[in-house]
Amino acid sequence: MDKADWIELTEGPLPVAEVLAWVVRPGCGAVDLFCGTVRDHSEDRRGVEMLEYEAYEPFVVPSMKEIAHEARRRWPEIGRLAFLHRIGVLTVGEIAVAVAVSTPHRAEALDAVRWSIDTLKTTVPIWKREIWKDGADWGLGATELSELGDVGLSGT
Amino acid sequence: MATVLFFGPARDAAGARSAIVEGTCVGEVVAATVTRFGEQFAQLLPTCRVWLNGDPATPDAPVGIEDEIAVLPPVSGG
Repeated sequence: MDKADWIELTEGPLPVAEVLAWVVRPGCGAVDLFCGTVRDHSEDRRGVEMLEYEAYEPFVVPSMKEIAHEARRRWPEIGRLAFLHRIGVLTVGEIAVAVAVSTPHRAEALDAVRWSIDTLKTTVPIWKREIWKDGADWGLGATELSELGDVGLSGT
Repeated sequence: MATVLFFGPARDAAGARSAIVEGTCVGEVVAATVTRFGEQFAQLLPTCRVWLNGDPATPDAPVGIEDEIAVLPPVSGG
């Protein structure tokens, strides 16, 4: 079975229709695609208009490759896998992240996508700044950066 | 001496994207950033991870001018 991965960090719109078509494999009866989109509020911040994402760019793709490798170890049934993240300024409704996998049956696809997006959000060096009508600040609910298979080191 | 990069809230707190900071190991460089960048940065630092050239660093790891230390606050991708 074709086991290709599509892993990308980009400033342009995420080509999710292409991703969806690309992950389909003859041996896979399930495709799961998760998209994270820009929301117009965040806890008590109303009227969020834009998110600006920044990244420690050279290490985003390697970090997503590690997640892909671990996902394939946990779910060897995965056919194709795609992790795409966007950086720069995005407006409400735009897609910031896309995770897609194909597997022979649905349970593995759903589980693998859920695990992958949860892991991506805690192990990939990306930050978002929320911009609303009368202010801007870094995203709420940020998570201390974790290492896959390593607890990392705190700063002091 | 090493180049230190600051991301997200750490960049705001330090008031800089990057700086050349004195020190012969990661721990010394990080300690020097606390002195140099003030209280707001010092408060954020314990929540940050510190990487050396793209990998998690230990405080005793030696550094030189070619090395890149990154201060990575809690992440919020996705």
